[in-house]
Amino acid sequence: MQAEMTTDAPLGGRPIEELIACPHCDALYVARMPEKGGRAVCRDCHTVLISPRRKAGARIIALTLAVMILVVGALFFPFLDINARGFGNSTSILDTASSFRSGYMTFLSVVVAAGIIVIPLIRTLLILYVLVPVVADRRPFPQARRAFRLSQELKPWAMAEIFAIGCAVALVKVADLAQIGFGPAFWMFAVLVILVLFNDNYLCTWSVWKSLELEEE
Amino acid sequence: MTAREAGLVACRRCARVWPMGQDRCGRCGSHLVSRDPTSLQRVWAWWIAGVIAYIPANIYPMLSTRTIVSSSENTIVGGAVEIASHGSYGVAAIILIASVLIPVGKFLAIAFLAISARRGSTVPARKRTHLYEVVEFIGRWSMIDVFVVAILSSLVQLSVVASIRPGPAAFTFALSVIFTMLSAQAFDPRLIWDARSREAKRTD
Repeated sequence: MQAEMTTDAPLGGRPIEELIACPHCDALYVARMPEKGGRAVCRDCHTVLISPRRKAGARIIALTLAVMILVVGALFFPFLDINARGFGNSTSILDTASSFRSGYMTFLSVVVAAGIIVIPLIRTLLILYVLVPVVADRRPFPQARRAFRLSQELKPWAMAEIFAIGCAVALVKVADLAQIGFGPAFWMFAVLVILVLFNDNYLCTWSVWKSLELEEE
Repeated sequence: MTAREAGLVACRRCARVWPMGQDRCGRCGSHLVSRDPTSLQRVWAWWIAGVIAYIPANIYPMLSTRTIVSSSENTIVGGAVEIASHGSYGVAAIILIASVLIPVGKFLAIAFLAISARRGSTVPARKRTHLYEVVEFIGRWSMIDVFVVAILSSLVQLSVVASIRPGPAAFTFALSVIFTMLSAQAFDPRLIWDARSREAKRTD
């Protein structure tokens, strides 16, 4: 169910904290919670503004915890192994991240490690830090707003799901060169990607900001 | 009615509005600007850097493969052609889409958005906002080829039988993707809608 924001209600005289502006086109509305299961979109540009889900907080916390366990697990187990003419090699995600060793290539190692391990992990920690007190109806932890903003700013740089597709491509590339086997970490990573995608869909940032605002005062 | 017309400034991070002139969002702490006057400058600066980095990414090899019988170096397009010649058209398509179609399409899309934000365009503002969302969403997927190179060069280390090493193009390609992501993030989509209201006023 999708409801467009309306401008029927007169904007003038409304307290400023009841207003919401579309981040994509600057249209101004009176923020109103959409009906159960619905979401509010901007009338002009159709950007989703508010999309609350029932018990979203608890679900996100559960998923985020699962993601964290999987990331740590995926780090230490072998990821892929390869065999050709008696020679074998297995690689972990840490090996992959440090595969660009020489000179200016180290920059790439930093990029890969950040995109597939460090940033997704930091994001899960930040989201837990912000949401656990909110869901438990406690006062937010200190600096919760800054933590949530950082987690949102990091979002485009968390690339775990892209790495997973990269694995599939890499497998096909070497399929005629050698035998490839999947390690446990590969399957962990596959599950993780699905969880990350679900998680991002559940999170209604506007609702989180609203609750951080209410409970800190 | 826009926030700007109401004499308010909106936070692009958390959608809260504040009186015009306030410097930081009191809710999330983001820097507030009603319209970012330097937005297009920054878009073009990152855009140019991205295009420059994309050129060597296509000329130099992405991978060098050494086996007992042969050793070869593959550029992005060369690698895709070789995979296709082995019959894996699907994977060749993924590589071509992620490493050629998406980056080039992104360069064109960002340039179009930046030019039309200033000059106006016959393409409706809603469509252009949608294009911006697509660019933001899809840009990260170009990183796939860099990850493929990373996986292959750590996995395929079989002493004399076969080994794969990353080539210089992996480096400049990653830079190009990062620069274009920054370019897209620097763009302020509200500029699209401002141009529209400007035109409406002119025709009135």
